[in-house]
Amino acid sequence: MSLLTQAAPQAPAAGGPDAPVVVFKNVRLAFDDKVILKDVSFELLAGHTKIFLGASGSGKSTILKLIVGLLKPDAGEIYINGHRTDQMDELELMTIRHDLGMVFQEGALFDSLTVAENVGYKLYEETDMPLAQVRSRVQEVLGFIGMAQFIDRMPSELSGGQRRRVAIARAMAAKPQILLYDEATTGLDPITADTVDDEIIKLRDLENVSSIVVTHQMRDAFRVATHAAVRDGDKVQIVPADEEKCEEAEFIMLRDGLIAFEGHAGELRAAVSKDPYLKAFLS
Amino acid sequence: MARVEQWLKGAVLEVQEYARLTWSAIRGIFSRPFYFRDVIEQFEAIGIGSLSVVLLTGFFTGAALALQSGMTLDKFGARSLVGSLVSASMIKELGPVLTGLMLAGRVGSGIAAELGSMVVTDQINALRALGTDPIRKLFAPRLLAGFLMAPLLTVVSDASGLFGGWIIAVFNLHVAGGVYWQSVQDALYMGDVWMGLIKPFFLGFVITSIGCVVGLRTTGGTQGVGRSTTSAVVIASVAVIAVDFFVTPLLIELLY
Repeated sequence: MSLLTQAAPQAPAAGGPDAPVVVFKNVRLAFDDKVILKDVSFELLAGHTKIFLGASGSGKSTILKLIVGLLKPDAGEIYINGHRTDQMDELELMTIRHDLGMVFQEGALFDSLTVAENVGYKLYEETDMPLAQVRSRVQEVLGFIGMAQFIDRMPSELSGGQRRRVAIARAMAAKPQILLYDEATTGLDPITADTVDDEIIKLRDLENVSSIVVTHQMRDAFRVATHAAVRDGDKVQIVPADEEKCEEAEFIMLRDGLIAFEGHAGELRAAVSKDPYLKAFLS
Repeated sequence: MARVEQWLKGAVLEVQEYARLTWSAIRGIFSRPFYFRDVIEQFEAIGIGSLSVVLLTGFFTGAALALQSGMTLDKFGARSLVGSLVSASMIKELGPVLTGLMLAGRVGSGIAAELGSMVVTDQINALRALGTDPIRKLFAPRLLAGFLMAPLLTVVSDASGLFGGWIIAVFNLHVAGGVYWQSVQDALYMGDVWMGLIKPFFLGFVITSIGCVVGLRTTGGTQGVGRSTTSAVVIASVAVIAVDFFVTPLLIELLY
């Protein structure tokens, strides 16, 4: 756990089972005079989860866009799977993006395409996979998130929660190693939000996907951090995680462009009594 | 003075951004990945989709032209030359420009609205995150389709205009059909035909590139989409007239 000051991680070696999959090193970003990120450093290990918390405009979504390369930092270094990406051009980033999947706020589904075309988009358009195989993979991922019956619907025919789940299916269809969730549960009722949280947990624990979750919904943040997915025969159950598993999910609180807190769920609860900002945020 | 300077800087930046994005789209047409299916879809959307508006515009323009020129030619007892005036005006100037203006209204606005709403709903970012370059996927096919479809639509508009002129010449001005078609041919030189065919390539290019750039640079939610749509129509319409003005003397120099 740490408060306010962070030691910048070392540049990671590529490959290696214990190598971090995402590294931010002293990243700074400003839009004109408005500084969004002053000096942000963190690293995400394979199969682990980082949950970014913070007020609106604190730079949570910006971090995801920096990871995917939709934005470039003004200073600092970003590494994805050991490759430095902050200086890459768009063409080089396309290769890096094969290992990344992102779920956008509101889903950002392509509204002129069906659910199947949305989910299989990357496989249809950016790979040479035969159409029958793409269709099979689309059915598989839609089945995984319990949306198989909606395969031929248009996004406009889906509810908010269903759209988010299809967005998750689209992000996972090409089997990325890292999934980024940008406010995936914002605006959803608690029961629907649970179904989205469960998909995040299932992907992390059953598919070994490393996750970065951006949210300001504390209920969802704690659910993702403190639950695990286990197979029970053909069924998948979401159960409370043991202590070791809980420590694989770390919270990062952003405040004024800096990391105000970094630690797992237990440390966050303990820090609340010491930090009035955290207390106000969590309450 | 400071405001003028700021405005000028902004204008230069906009032109620079237009050139950068359009150049990327041109490169996208000549390199892989090339989204062939999207190009065919855009041929249909821009070409087939604009057929009715271009047919009607051409028809009524040709008909009105025949009516107006018939009145003037009557003063000189030269009513039989109405076909010459209709063909010279339609094929060299009105066909390409009016088709361009119709495309600016229909295609330019449609592209800006479509891409603009994709920007504000994060669909463009989603495309990039999924490993697709939006310039290649969205801009290049529209640019190519606009470039190739505008001349074809202009031919349709010209033909429709000549047909409209024929109807007025025969049924209103009582000029024999054979005389009308003969005077249509007499007034035309190959240079005129080439001019009428070459200009729309430039106009189609300008209209679709403006629609795409304005759409991709949309900011400010649904209001921004509305602003982009209006801007695309206004800028593309003015550009059609301006490009016509600058390309015409160039073609006169080359073709005559």
